[in-house]
Amino acid sequence: MYIAKILTTLRKTILDPQGKAVEHSLKSLGYDKVIDTRIGKYIELKIDAKDRAEAEKIAGEACRKLLANPVMEDFTYEITEEKS
Amino acid sequence: MPKARVGIVVFPGSNCDHDAYHVFKEIIGADTKFLWHKEGAVGDRNIVILPGGFSYGDYLRCGAISRFSSIMKDVVRFAERGGIVIGICNGFQILCESGLLPGALLKNGNLKFVCKTVTLKVENNKSIFTYKYGIKENIELPVAHGEGNYFCSDDTLTELIGNNQILFTYEDNPNGSLKNIAGIQNTKRNVMGMMPHPERASDKSLGNTDGLRLLQGVAESVI
Repeated sequence: MYIAKILTTLRKTILDPQGKAVEHSLKSLGYDKVIDTRIGKYIELKIDAKDRAEAEKIAGEACRKLLANPVMEDFTYEITEEKS
Repeated sequence: MPKARVGIVVFPGSNCDHDAYHVFKEIIGADTKFLWHKEGAVGDRNIVILPGGFSYGDYLRCGAISRFSSIMKDVVRFAERGGIVIGICNGFQILCESGLLPGALLKNGNLKFVCKTVTLKVENNKSIFTYKYGIKENIELPVAHGEGNYFCSDDTLTELIGNNQILFTYEDNPNGSLKNIAGIQNTKRNVMGMMPHPERASDKSLGNTDGLRLLQGVAESVI
């Protein structure tokens, strides 16, 4: 069993108004050293794949087809094996 | 006299489907029926409407899940054969997610859900959707959305402008959309999406019928 931990965020070139709002709030709490805030989504898939390569393939396809919209989002994922 | 045959797709969470039905059926007098999202085909319809609402609760991204519902496969085929498809609000989001229209709709720039009447400018009146309006005419339509901030790449924007695909722009941009874009059509000119709601401004009893010329124009274009 494999776990795919997927992160999607707005593409770097797109203004993230939610991130900006949170950043202003952090600044008002005194966190002056926070210079940028981006908000994204975390998605976790449990994949019953025969090996890591197959799990990678499934996670990548799922991101491209549904989980991320390439017009506005970037995605990264990490596969870990879960011992049952 | 032949009639337009309008199909209004109903997704779980659609909430402007009945408004669109009322306008096409009762005001325009078209042959109108609902198409449940689980149906596999649009059948004999010659106009398909993807109505506003919050299909699938806007989960993941607005329109992202609806795009893969069974009826959408046939809506894509229908559009590729030249069938007329109109996406309003959530319908516009679904059209962008499905790739029938370029770009995407982001969260409003000010993070607020905007619900009010806005003034639009008709940028192109040589489409089957806008031919009843004057060029550069100002019309008033309601908007009600949280994710109507149209975005696309620079290359796509150049194409939209070069091909006269931009149909409506906002006079006072309510959501931060690129170039004030409120509605666009595809390059084949048979698919259009817009955030404002023409179906909510088509019945005299509601005091504004600026949207009726769009919907009536489309209905008459297929007769």
